[in-house]
Amino acid sequence: MSNENELSHRFEINGRDFSNAGRASTSIKEILQEIGIDSSIIVRAAIASYEAEMNVVMYARRAVLTLNVTPEKLHLKLEDEGPGIENIDLAMKEGFSTATDEMREMGFGAGMGLPNIKKNADEFEISSTPGKGTTIKITISLDSTENK
Amino acid sequence: MKEYFHSIRIDPEKCEGRMKCLRVCPTQAIRVRNAKAMIIAEKCIDCGECITACPHGAIVPLTDPFGELAKFRHTVAIPSPALYAQFGREILPEKILSGIKKLGFDDAFDLALTCGEVSFAIQEYLREYKGPKPLISNACPTVVRLIQVKYPELIDQIIPIELPRELAAREIKKKKSKQLKLKEKEIGTFYLTPCPVKMISIKQPAEKGESFLDGAISISDIYGPLLSAMEGIEKGSYRKALENICILGVGWAMVGGICRTLRLKNSLAVSGLGEVIKVFDDIERGKLRNIDFVEAYSCAQGCVGGSLTVENVYISYNKILKLIETLEFEQIKACPDIREVRKLYSQKYFFIKGKFEPRPLKPLDKDLAKAIKKRKEKEHIYESLPKIDCGACGAPTCLTFAEDVVKAEAELIDCIFNLSQRFKEPSQGFSELFNKYSFRSQTKSSPKKHAKKEKQ
Repeated sequence: MSNENELSHRFEINGRDFSNAGRASTSIKEILQEIGIDSSIIVRAAIASYEAEMNVVMYARRAVLTLNVTPEKLHLKLEDEGPGIENIDLAMKEGFSTATDEMREMGFGAGMGLPNIKKNADEFEISSTPGKGTTIKITISLDSTENK
Repeated sequence: MKEYFHSIRIDPEKCEGRMKCLRVCPTQAIRVRNAKAMIIAEKCIDCGECITACPHGAIVPLTDPFGELAKFRHTVAIPSPALYAQFGREILPEKILSGIKKLGFDDAFDLALTCGEVSFAIQEYLREYKGPKPLISNACPTVVRLIQVKYPELIDQIIPIELPRELAAREIKKKKSKQLKLKEKEIGTFYLTPCPVKMISIKQPAEKGESFLDGAISISDIYGPLLSAMEGIEKGSYRKALENICILGVGWAMVGGICRTLRLKNSLAVSGLGEVIKVFDDIERGKLRNIDFVEAYSCAQGCVGGSLTVENVYISYNKILKLIETLEFEQIKACPDIREVRKLYSQKYFFIKGKFEPRPLKPLDKDLAKAIKKRKEKEHIYESLPKIDCGACGAPTCLTFAEDVVKAEAELIDCIFNLSQRFKEPSQGFSELFNKYSFRSQTKSSPKKHAKKEKQ
């Protein structure tokens, strides 16, 4: 699948690893800046990937976040091993959260993570198997933006 | 391509190519080519780290010489409040301002009062602002430039209120020209600056407006003469001198001073470029959206830590802190009238003329498909490098070297570990010597590890 017009990067994220949380989203931002993606798109990708990363750190055991960029589209895929989500519709509601008090104390768990990822994506897919893990795929379209 | 004016120059006569500057530059804007350092204008944010790092004094800030004063009919010095922290505790602003006048300026203006006005104006702006948070102080021009280059999406969060020194210069010109029946351009306003970046913010304001200041003179240049000039000045009443100090304005000299003197509860203060970058990363991720205001300075401890100051930064920081504490304790409030400030604020008196625009770095290629290809090539090259960031190629890190190669600004054989390729048949001695260094084999280790480290 290694297309010469496709840039892909793989990031590993570990559950409870708060000190490294945010690294993947920072790298993603830097890569996108280097190839000249419009800053309004970069900020969407950075927020979506950061929220995804934080979800892993807070709830899952580990995950792989993959970035794929072609001249037309930007894809982010997050596959985690973790508890999964029982009721996806409920989890997608703004303000719904299963965060512990400790997490809220740190400023997380406002129930905005998944809705925020969706808000920043053009296409959003989520699937989950309780007890096994969750997969989120998002696409951001690059067509409309001129490269500067 | 647009040209950027910078306040830093490298003197090729003095530069010995020792690469100290190469390693300290936070935006990787320096390269050593033919044993001389050079600055990539597009990447430089004028922080001045390289000036301090150079052991030969080859990197010089571009400030104005004293002789510039002769060009004007009337001259006014506007010292940064950081100047007030450069002398002993007994020397208060009043005496410093008298000393400056003895040096040949027709007048010296206490900027602390204007800083106080601007503090109030910031408070007003914070109160009515409804956009994404936090708002970011524009007091440090390096921080504003960092946002333009690396955090373009935060640009609308920079407070669009004119800097105190600009407001002061604007008003001085207006007032003095009437008083003295001179033209505004015959009145020279000079900022006494703690750092070189203030110089470019005068020559080329970040918001593309025009500066009202005519020049900047380094505090370190004026320090000696000023110290002698102050010797003959009668010591007035300490208490009386204290009563004229605007506490809000003095706070501008140090990190956290604005937050503290305004008593902003939901704000934070950060100094040192590396720390500022960490905070901005968090702002960008939306982590600090509950904070109202961020005060950020490129220099450690704020303006008192500027590279053109003289006193030890911790001592001068402490002096400002103690002065604020004394003023708080004595309940001295020689500050502008807030009702007056509110009136002026509603008349748009405080706002900057232009607008802050992003200054993103050039991408690897204008065409996205080509940029993607080049980015992959860069990764490929990087994987083949020793990753020890020795700097011998002239680039600060192996990663920046890989980028330079992809941009055709350097060649692979500039890396000493690729040196063997220069010789068709390396002598046996050379090969043995070369093989002794195991760097190359190390680079073949797990690529995942390196992907993580790539950040820098």
